[in-house]
Amino acid sequence: MSDRARLPLWEVFIRPRNGLAHRHVGSVHASDAEMALLASRDVYTRRGEGRSIWVAPATAIAASDPDHKAEMFDTADDKTYRQPTDYHVPEEVGDM
Amino acid sequence: MYVRGLINASGDPNAAETPEQLAHFQDRIDAEEKIEARDWMPAAYRKTLIRQISQHAHSEIIGMQPEGNWVTRAPSLRRKASLLAKVQDEGGHGLYLYAAAETLGISREEMQDQLLSGAAKYSSIFNYPTLTWADIGAIGWLVDGAAIMNQIPLCRCSYGPYARAMVRVCKEESFHQRQGYEIMTTLAQGAPAQKAMAQDALNRWWTPSVMMFGPPDSDSIHSVQSMTWKIKRFTNDALRQRFVDATVPQADYLSLTVPDPDCKWNDAVQHYDIGPLDWGDFWKVVKGGGPMNRQRIAARQKADDDGAWVREAALAYATKRSALMEAAE
Amino acid sequence: MSDSALFQYVLGLADDQLVLGHRLSQWIGRAPILEEELALGNIALDLIGQSRSLYQYAGELEGAGRDEDTLAYHRDARGYLNLTLVEQANGDFAKTIARQLFYTAMAVPFWQAMTASKDQRLAGVAAKSEKEAAYHLRHATEWTARLGDGTEESHRRMQAAIYQLWEFTGELFEMNSAEAGMAEAGIVSDRLSLRDIWDRTVNAAMLEATLTRPADSWMAKGGRNGLHGEDLGHMLAEMQSLQRMHPGLSW
Repeated sequence: MSDRARLPLWEVFIRPRNGLAHRHVGSVHASDAEMALLASRDVYTRRGEGRSIWVAPATAIAASDPDHKAEMFDTADDKTYRQPTDYHVPEEVGDM
Repeated sequence: MYVRGLINASGDPNAAETPEQLAHFQDRIDAEEKIEARDWMPAAYRKTLIRQISQHAHSEIIGMQPEGNWVTRAPSLRRKASLLAKVQDEGGHGLYLYAAAETLGISREEMQDQLLSGAAKYSSIFNYPTLTWADIGAIGWLVDGAAIMNQIPLCRCSYGPYARAMVRVCKEESFHQRQGYEIMTTLAQGAPAQKAMAQDALNRWWTPSVMMFGPPDSDSIHSVQSMTWKIKRFTNDALRQRFVDATVPQADYLSLTVPDPDCKWNDAVQHYDIGPLDWGDFWKVVKGGGPMNRQRIAARQKADDDGAWVREAALAYATKRSALMEAAE
Repeated sequence: MSDSALFQYVLGLADDQLVLGHRLSQWIGRAPILEEELALGNIALDLIGQSRSLYQYAGELEGAGRDEDTLAYHRDARGYLNLTLVEQANGDFAKTIARQLFYTAMAVPFWQAMTASKDQRLAGVAAKSEKEAAYHLRHATEWTARLGDGTEESHRRMQAAIYQLWEFTGELFEMNSAEAGMAEAGIVSDRLSLRDIWDRTVNAAMLEATLTRPADSWMAKGGRNGLHGEDLGHMLAEMQSLQRMHPGLSW
């Protein structure tokens, strides 16, 4: 049966409530975007977990290479001057 | 998904795994870091996860059949809705798990082929028939109960997509066991015919449920490596004991008798003892000698065959529409 | 308007939802795609939920102590008042989708109109059912398009399904005099007024799907009077078997 019709894979992102961002929840197989939206609604929002659904063909997702995690992300760690805690504000001045 | 074709992130499926890579990987595991889809992983780790996750998915899908057998005969509208929702959840769980397995580089079609050819297994508990309505209660109470015990630790499994799928599964699973136990309670406290039905179901489903945790630790080949890689968090025997200890009092509450004359509270160790299990019979069923093995696969094959024209139609439509859109641009 | 007429009416509506929901539940383990197992299951659950609200109301209207299960499990086919369309066997996926298209194209405007009912209970059921039906119609039209305008085989099957089920569509718009009276009093939707929008919805769906609308001819009727085909009896025999075998017990 290896010549069976292959329904493409779609990655699914759900926004649970207005104000929150879409989160990746998993994937579905569907012939096209419209059917992928319907499928995602039936698979991932049965318990009221959704206000908005995005689907994207899995092949359209570009991902950073985990082998390059160090150069992509570690170099942010020592730039503490981007953090508010790096700065001293005298107590008398109050909250800033 | 985005790892189709990759064996490891270096892109070379034949790259030898160096001791440094393996040690670094084990360090990550030991530090309770989650491994994600495109991370470097030993080939054996990937292979074992594909096997475990896909077989877990197959179990959910096959599991829809014994319960689906009673959806059209559910004896009240509430039970009907509840059972239908449960079976639907199981389909959903299969789907989440297939999705998790696909992140490791296997396609859903390949997994389905493996199921239909017998190359992949599913939980043998589903090779038994549901003979009465009480079986539906017993399955929810015992089989889902055992599954929950297995699944909760998996929420902390080292592989991220599998762990996240399991969190979703566990949230949904909680009503499944309660639904089953509520059915058993209604029957056990009902008319004599209903109570007899409940006891009969317990008699048939107890031992297979206890065996769901797999062979004794001494016989379990996959266990040691799976524990080291934090795919498996507790041993078969440990989970089995936990299940027995939780379930026997639940049977006692219903005045139902566990069909094991050796099942007794052991004060010295503060656990229930159980009698010897017939692992020969277990392996016989796993290898195809159970009452329903052929039918379970045949039903899947038929659904797949009958549905081929539908899938082809959907794809043909999508192709036509995208060709139209391209022409219009 | 008598409570008896309203009781019969609500009972018929409940039967519509339960019979169709039960038919859809027969697809468990047999759907063409795993995702569709969930879709059909969801639709079935919506319908069974609607039927429960309606049976509960019907039981109260009758005032004879019959609850939802007594009504669902202890009437023969001759006592069921559902439309003949919903009791038709599932057949292949095309036939199931065609049945969904014809039924939901009516259900959407039907429940929309019902939200304005002077009967609070019916208006309440309608508010929920309207949203559910909208989704069911979307599902049906999307599949109708893909099957009608998919492959040559799917087109053949879908067209055959349309021809097979066409004769059951006339009954969707029929009202007996009691129902017509209730419609006029603003208690229930006027089925006659649904015809135009149904035609537009169904014609648009069939056009998009390259399907041919059958010529009108003889239409089946009698469902509302308990006159059904032979399939319903078998369906109910299976559905009711446990309750009938052990009458009077709790499950």
